[in-house]
Amino acid sequence: MFRRIAQSIFTTVIALFVFQVSSFAAPDGKALFQSNCASCHNPLKDATGPALKGADARVPSKEWLYDWVHNSQKLVASGDKYANDVYNKWGKIPMTPFPALSNEDIDAIFTYVNSVEPPSAAGPAAGATATTEAKDGNAWLYTVITLILLVLAIILWRVNSGLRKVAEQKEGLPSSEEIPLYRNKVFIAMGVIILFILAGYWLVNGAVELGRQQNYQPEQPVFYSHKVHAGINQINCLYCHAGAEKSRQAMIPSPNMCMNCHKQISEYTGDADHPLYTAEGERVDGTKEIQKLYKYAGWDPVKKDYIRDANGNVKATPVKWVKIHNLPDHVYFNHSQHVAVGKIACQRCHGNIEEMDEVFQFAPLSMGWCVNCHRQTQVQFAENNYYSIFEKYHNEIKTGQRDGVTVEEIGGLECQKCHY
Amino acid sequence: MSQKQYWKGLEELNDSTAHKDVVDNEFKESLPFEVSDKFLDAATPRRDFLKFLGFSTVAATLAASCEMPVRRAIPYAIKPEDITPGVPNYYASTYVDGGDYCAIVIKTRDGRPIKIEGNERSSITRGGTSARVQASVLNLYDKTRLRQPHAAGQEATFEAIDRRVMEGLASAQGQAYLLTSTIISPTTKEIITQFIGKYPNVKHVVYDPMSYSGMLLAAEAATGKRALPSFRFDVAKTIVSLGADFLGTWLSPIEFAKQYSVGRKLSAKNPVMSKHYQVESLHTITGAKADHRATCKPSEMGAVAVALYNAINGTAPAFANKNLNNLIVKAANDLKAGNGLVVSGSNDVNVQTVVNAINAAIGANGTTVNWALTNNTKQGVEADLVAVMNAMEAGQVGTLLVHGVNPAYDFAFGQKFAAAMKKVPVTVSFADRMDETAQLCTYVVPDHHFLESWGDAEPKPGYYSLMQPGIAPLFKTRAFQDSLLTWAGATTTYADYWKQYWMGKVGGQENFDRALQDGVIEPAGEMAVGGGAAAGNVAGAIAAIAAQKPAAGMELVVYQKISIGHGGSWSNNPWLQEMPDPITKATWDNYVCVSPKKAKELGEELTSITEVVNAKRLLKVKANNVEMELPMVVVPGMHNDVVAIAVGYGRNEKVGRAAANTGKNAYPFIAFNGQTYNYSSPATIEKGAGTYDIAITQTHHSYEGRPIIREYTIDEFRKDPGQLFKARENEIGHYSHLAWVTPEGHGAEGAHGEAHAAPHGPAAADHSAGVTAEGVKSLDEGFRENGTLYPNFEHPGIHWGMSIDLNSCIGCGACVIGCQAENNISVVGKKYVLKSQEMHWLRIDRYFSGMPEDPDTIQTVFQPMMCQHCDNAPCENVCPVSATNHSSEGLNQMAYNRCIGTKYCANNCPYKVRHFNWMDWNGADCFEDNLYEDYRRDDMNDDQTRMVLNPDVTVRSRGVMEKCTFCVQRLQDAKLTAKKEGRPMKDGEARTACQQACPTEAILFGNVNDKSSAIYKLRHDEQKERTYYVLEQIHTLPNVNYLSNIRNTDVIIAGDETKDGLLKAHI
Repeated sequence: MFRRIAQSIFTTVIALFVFQVSSFAAPDGKALFQSNCASCHNPLKDATGPALKGADARVPSKEWLYDWVHNSQKLVASGDKYANDVYNKWGKIPMTPFPALSNEDIDAIFTYVNSVEPPSAAGPAAGATATTEAKDGNAWLYTVITLILLVLAIILWRVNSGLRKVAEQKEGLPSSEEIPLYRNKVFIAMGVIILFILAGYWLVNGAVELGRQQNYQPEQPVFYSHKVHAGINQINCLYCHAGAEKSRQAMIPSPNMCMNCHKQISEYTGDADHPLYTAEGERVDGTKEIQKLYKYAGWDPVKKDYIRDANGNVKATPVKWVKIHNLPDHVYFNHSQHVAVGKIACQRCHGNIEEMDEVFQFAPLSMGWCVNCHRQTQVQFAENNYYSIFEKYHNEIKTGQRDGVTVEEIGGLECQKCHY
Repeated sequence: MSQKQYWKGLEELNDSTAHKDVVDNEFKESLPFEVSDKFLDAATPRRDFLKFLGFSTVAATLAASCEMPVRRAIPYAIKPEDITPGVPNYYASTYVDGGDYCAIVIKTRDGRPIKIEGNERSSITRGGTSARVQASVLNLYDKTRLRQPHAAGQEATFEAIDRRVMEGLASAQGQAYLLTSTIISPTTKEIITQFIGKYPNVKHVVYDPMSYSGMLLAAEAATGKRALPSFRFDVAKTIVSLGADFLGTWLSPIEFAKQYSVGRKLSAKNPVMSKHYQVESLHTITGAKADHRATCKPSEMGAVAVALYNAINGTAPAFANKNLNNLIVKAANDLKAGNGLVVSGSNDVNVQTVVNAINAAIGANGTTVNWALTNNTKQGVEADLVAVMNAMEAGQVGTLLVHGVNPAYDFAFGQKFAAAMKKVPVTVSFADRMDETAQLCTYVVPDHHFLESWGDAEPKPGYYSLMQPGIAPLFKTRAFQDSLLTWAGATTTYADYWKQYWMGKVGGQENFDRALQDGVIEPAGEMAVGGGAAAGNVAGAIAAIAAQKPAAGMELVVYQKISIGHGGSWSNNPWLQEMPDPITKATWDNYVCVSPKKAKELGEELTSITEVVNAKRLLKVKANNVEMELPMVVVPGMHNDVVAIAVGYGRNEKVGRAAANTGKNAYPFIAFNGQTYNYSSPATIEKGAGTYDIAITQTHHSYEGRPIIREYTIDEFRKDPGQLFKARENEIGHYSHLAWVTPEGHGAEGAHGEAHAAPHGPAAADHSAGVTAEGVKSLDEGFRENGTLYPNFEHPGIHWGMSIDLNSCIGCGACVIGCQAENNISVVGKKYVLKSQEMHWLRIDRYFSGMPEDPDTIQTVFQPMMCQHCDNAPCENVCPVSATNHSSEGLNQMAYNRCIGTKYCANNCPYKVRHFNWMDWNGADCFEDNLYEDYRRDDMNDDQTRMVLNPDVTVRSRGVMEKCTFCVQRLQDAKLTAKKEGRPMKDGEARTACQQACPTEAILFGNVNDKSSAIYKLRHDEQKERTYYVLEQIHTLPNVNYLSNIRNTDVIIAGDETKDGLLKAHI
């Protein structure tokens, strides 16, 4: 009797566990999409590249899609008509090759992309959360089904044991004493183990996440909309963040930098096309925000001149922005390495910044995230003469043994590339 | 090869049991807290355990609250155009301390000077630096610097003080004196002239704490000009130094070290080097580098000079010390051969006159001694200062202005001077801190630090060097020149005055900008050379020397340490205080240096004269009517009848916490003969009562007698340059080919051919033809591949390598401080140095050889030692968390945040270069009252001092291991620069901090994979005969190689097998 119960519970737990594990092992389409594709593609809207929802159905074949993702330029060069059409249509901007993505990965990405539904009319600010919920819908379904099955199993088991008891009574056999569940040692032991595993999982996950702040979106002293500046007005990121090309820090511009344009632009006139809202849905008056800037920059908008002290120094004060992207002190990150040398688009790490009114942290900025990218990304091997010292790799490229060289292969995963 | 014996100290030579224990216990203490033995036997250990567990869990939870703090990112209000945050700016400037001069480049990050490098455009210092130059950036952030002017000890305003001082000056009540150190700034001199023009009763008096007046007066007698000549150690083939520590502290050590190293670089192709004779009474680094060294008492130094003079004229010397006689005869012969140079550290006019006569006799004037281009860096004559003091005592002085000197401390009659100051109504100090003199002054008008100042220097006539600030003044201080200008009634500021002066001098804005960018303005072409022939009254000088009877008994010498120098603000520089002295390896204190024989005579028991015991016996030293009790440190190579004490210690507590209560002030020991100082005087010494702990790093990191120094005489090297290579082949050649490939396989079949064949048997003699590049390559590569069972890892792209030339290294310690400044290395304080917990990534090991009883036999070798970045590193294999591992560029990487502090790596490192952070050395102030008991280093835990930290290097916290990284931040930066420009990295673009700091270019660094690089050529061509790797036989495959030390001498005195008995008998 005991053994049977134990067996049935054991199988249920195993089944649940296997189910859980298998869901872990499958490629995570959303994560892959966000780390690889999201800088240029939106599932629903055209961005640098086309909207991806349903793209797998548009293209000639699955194999074509795989080839395209792995190395689109190769496909274009091969003279494939559809490839050339796409290339020309999208302004001849070549898509970054992703040789590291397996076919399953690509399938997973499209499974995810196709599952994305347009956000409901909840307002523009709800966008980020809406997509998360859409993805989580499946998980809820599975949970509900699992729970129903579990309840069913328990009912059946109770029925079964009740029937057996009745049968035993009928046959006059001495029936084993009923032990209530809460005193059943097997149940208690199982419960404790399950609780222990859950608590451990929660603790480890919590500890790992400690200090990370993905999706962190604080309120800033000035409502500065990247969407208005970089998106609608198409100002180059490097105009303000000039350090990104030269230095370790991308550099937040000082107020006098803003004044290069804002001496002329003293009010926000885009309210009709793009009214400004905070993440909480409150309306923001853009002109008022520009006034705030004038205060920081020490600008008198009436006299159209800087306010100066006795020594002729401009009475400017720095803006105390809330820092969103925080790396621990023992991490050395250099923007210029990635922007000037690696030619990585800002969006790859910062997300669609040109779509953000209020900036949030797009990437987890975890070491795993960095390492993943270093494993998958190819360096500008042929283009940058610095790499001419790697004779071995050049020979291998010449003989066709390899397509390119990833960051990992030139030591990009070694500790002292980032920790010193 | 004879088995030479090198030892760090007597304890190692003796190998006493106490020393063995020290060596066995690399970590002197197992844990920094005490665990009672009763803990586990207690009645309720389980409850205690639970209490501890509960407490630590709660404490950790509270400390690491899961709430993320809101961090701010604050940009500039108005960004300066030439600053990009995160990118360093470099400004050429000038280091001046008294007369000491160095052309420098200041590295600033986000407006803060964080590092000082040498300026290679200067033809005087030529990019070299010294430990003090490297450390001077820390003085800028010194907490004890005055933050505003003071009047009568209270904070005051400039205006109030200006009014009172001007009143004092104008009242013309008595004489006024402006007392300064040597001033080499042309604009400052002009301003002083202008100031004296306004107040004619002011007299400018110059003195130097460590004086060169004997030399100045002798030069005046010889040439009519009171100015020192320039020397050319690079041209000199024979260098004779009579007690001048010209590589460490004498006159212009950076310049001389740079020149000296030119003559000391040799290779098998060109086995020529200068010959350096040294006669000295204590042991200096210059003596350590000498090819032939003899000792004499300081009072005999005059007689030695005369004997050398006579020997050149053919008279044999007759000293009791045969080695000294031998040295004088040989030196005289070599000097006569031409290109000789004699220098003397004596402050006696007569001795210097004889030295001038010798230089004249050997034709040095105009070749190695340059009278046409004088050295302006020392101009002080102490007789002038004594006259000022007498005038003050007589009440004839109304105003005293003191700049750059500290006569109440750094003057032989400091106490008398301090008493006399009370008789002067208006006293003004320009000191940066409340030093001994400033405390007695009515007004203190603090001067800027030199990194905050405009200025200039003219170390040699026509050779100018400009000083520009690297930061705006941190405090309410005012340039000394501005004070003088204000008091002289001028309305211009010094900055404007200075700019106008130089604009006029160089002609136009464009030239001025270029001069400011270069940092130096120098005449084109080689330095002018010329010589006055006259040597003064030689006969008179000889007679005067003969008249001075050498004193019997002990003598005391007062000397400068290479780290602390004359004192000044250096005494409060924790970097310098913790820098081990090159010879004694002692930190944080001064002490009496005593020879081993004398120590034994004093009746010390053997254990306390060796270095194993920290507690040093106190010694009573009486000389010059001054008595002092100081701990005794045994220094092999000291003359047996000489003791030596360093100046710069025994400071007042207001000078700073690092300076206070360290050692005792030795300035009162200096004797004055009515004209000049005498730095030595007859002394009596006796054993005092009690002991005092001295933190000596000598016994830390022992090599346990493994052979790591390779040294040859020049004759040995010339005869057979390949003997080192042969020795290496004997050691490792056996492993450099696979056992199943026949070693005799001359020719085709073997993958590794004949070059590293059969080290055993007569085949080894085949190499008389010399060392070939192929031979070196096949030995190195064969050993790399076949000396291990494990796979050989590739280094695609870059493979970093370093080479250290033992012949060029003078042990000066500039690299140690350079490394400390670059890599945020913590100061641990005396208490923790005593526990072997010092953190220096780069240390300079000093090895003696010879017989300790006879100082003349002592030969000394310096070996800089840092992480060898082994390609097969023993430390990497034992790390349980893989916190230390290897990069594809050959770096032994240390990931601090992965380290859990097991210290296995340090235990397994044969080079003993790993250092464990026992404490949170840099952030201890994050809790209140959490600073360390050893208050001396506590000023390092402060927001002001932390401004010196290099933002590109992680500040390590407690519980992690650290070690040399090959300055990986610089390597990454050089690579990134090349990548951004899309070109391969150039050789020499990536330089380590130690390499850049070195004044003798002993350190070379580069990419060994690049066959055109200097390091590749050095290892495989130019210096292939001298190249060796320390402990390479254990197949660690170090990426640091050393070049053997070659001494230009007949014999390397090192206890060999036959002499070992003798050696033992001596102790």
